[in-house]
Amino acid sequence: MKNILTNLFNKKNRGRTLSFIIVILAYAGIEILTHSVRVSRLFTSLLVPTCCYIVLALSLNLVVGFSGELSLGHAGFMAIGAFTAVCVSGLIGSVIVNDILRLIISIIAGCVVSGIFGLIISVPVLKLSGDYLAIVTLAFGQIIKSLINNIFFGYDANGLQFSFVNNSLELQNGKMLLSGPMGATDTAKISNFTAGIILILITLYVIYSLIDSKYGRTIMAARDNRIAAESIGVNISKTKTLAFVISASLAGAAGALYALNYSTLQPSKFDFNTSILVLVYVVFGGLGNINGTMISTTVLYILPELLRSLRDYRMLIYAVVLIVVMQVTNSARVRELVNRISSKVFKKREVRL
Amino acid sequence: MSIVLQVKNLGIDFGGLTAVNNLNMEIEENEIVGLIGPNGAGKTTVFNMLTKVYDPSRGTILLDGKDIAKMTTEEVNKAGIARTFQNIRLFGKLSVIDNVKTGMNNHHAYSVLDALLHTGKRREHEKQIEEKAEELLKIFNLHDAKDIEADSLPYGAQRRLEIARALATEPKLLLLDEPAAGMNPQETEELMNTIRFVRDKFNISILLIEHDMSLVMNICERIYVLNYGMLLAKGNPDEIKNNEKVIKAYLGD
Repeated sequence: MKNILTNLFNKKNRGRTLSFIIVILAYAGIEILTHSVRVSRLFTSLLVPTCCYIVLALSLNLVVGFSGELSLGHAGFMAIGAFTAVCVSGLIGSVIVNDILRLIISIIAGCVVSGIFGLIISVPVLKLSGDYLAIVTLAFGQIIKSLINNIFFGYDANGLQFSFVNNSLELQNGKMLLSGPMGATDTAKISNFTAGIILILITLYVIYSLIDSKYGRTIMAARDNRIAAESIGVNISKTKTLAFVISASLAGAAGALYALNYSTLQPSKFDFNTSILVLVYVVFGGLGNINGTMISTTVLYILPELLRSLRDYRMLIYAVVLIVVMQVTNSARVRELVNRISSKVFKKREVRL
Repeated sequence: MSIVLQVKNLGIDFGGLTAVNNLNMEIEENEIVGLIGPNGAGKTTVFNMLTKVYDPSRGTILLDGKDIAKMTTEEVNKAGIARTFQNIRLFGKLSVIDNVKTGMNNHHAYSVLDALLHTGKRREHEKQIEEKAEELLKIFNLHDAKDIEADSLPYGAQRRLEIARALATEPKLLLLDEPAAGMNPQETEELMNTIRFVRDKFNISILLIEHDMSLVMNICERIYVLNYGMLLAKGNPDEIKNNEKVIKAYLGD
């Protein structure tokens, strides 16, 4: 037992253990708060989306931070996961009554379909790098949004009905699942905060397991020096594909959770701005920094909502906060101070060569 | 003794410029061979062709009798050639030990699922990787620094780490591109001992490019001299030291 504890808090695993502790403590704190005092509806309504964006930012960090490729189409994967989950949830709604089971199946479906799309897209995309890759992923996000904008999908007694043209579906006693630009309507709200926290924990587990394995090492090696990685037998495209597909699947799962939290959802929600927003969370939290990503996502997602009463000044303050924090965390003086404190706390050993 | 590497009529053109031409070379098992020549002679280009960073325009490269012409850099490494770089190329943000571990991937197969589910297979392989990596780091006197970022190592230690990483891929032939560059005489001395030790311990052949003649003359059993992309001379250190053409190429008329 003592062995496990020391192992959890040794130098290498300290950050990892901390991530799980942060999430569980946050969950416990919020649960106690919501059950003991009257909290505003605004507060409770923010819980599930925050979880979704944390998962989304973590998954994007796998591509941008660990794999070193700039992807600007992450909202596309979120959208795929979201609308897949809405359809699956709607279709199995009459068969499976248990909400929790339905939620799990829908999230898995969103995760798998998004992963498949990730795989298909990674084949052409990962032949490119740098700006070109960013442009193609950007286009991908837009294409997915436009595609879903034009899908009409429903079911009735005759089975599934599908069309690209408005009003061409004539359902008899059936139900529309996707209606073009209107998106999904009348969805059963089966997401909840606990599911969100569990999804975050699973995401953390997946990312840490991957990063610590030989696959994680090759992903980061390919990022740090492509030629050297090839020279020691690393298959670059396979490695990058792996990171991309896992990232897409996790984003799909986040999208699924997000979609099932609302009764209506439009495809326009998943536009370019959402991709950029998530990228901001990742960059703000630090590339390759898991705990930083979680904290920055929470702060940056909730901040604009809390500032809502300030109306027009809201985005102004948001921008100022962004700039100030970026400047402060990058200033040499602040870094030195942090280093001095952390070396006192953790007593770094001098290495002599 | 059997031949590990056989190079026949190797040549490469960059546009109209012929960088290397008509190079014939043989490296036997367990041999330390030097490749020297004035600046711009094409030494590193030869390395880049052997590891398929460049595709040769002419000639064949046989590794253990097998043609590596159609292989990619990554496959060449799997076939048994590992190298270091003249301008150091480490995985800067990875720790020292992770740099070495990355080299071992192709010898330890476990699937992504094993990795995600922390199966016994993963634990077993990771344990072996850890042990082998620590052993290699001890040989190169890097063990004390195993957890720090590779970027923050001093220059000489970075060079040693590159060799350790190349050895982690268990090659038959190791190519060292100026391993002693930037090292002081004492470090060079240590490096020579390490290179000999590594050759004996891992039973590999070594081909090295070096400008430090004391190192080359000391540890190389045979030497190839390259000038303007052509083979100028070959032989043992004593023959090369007294070869008029070589002296002329280095010192001028």
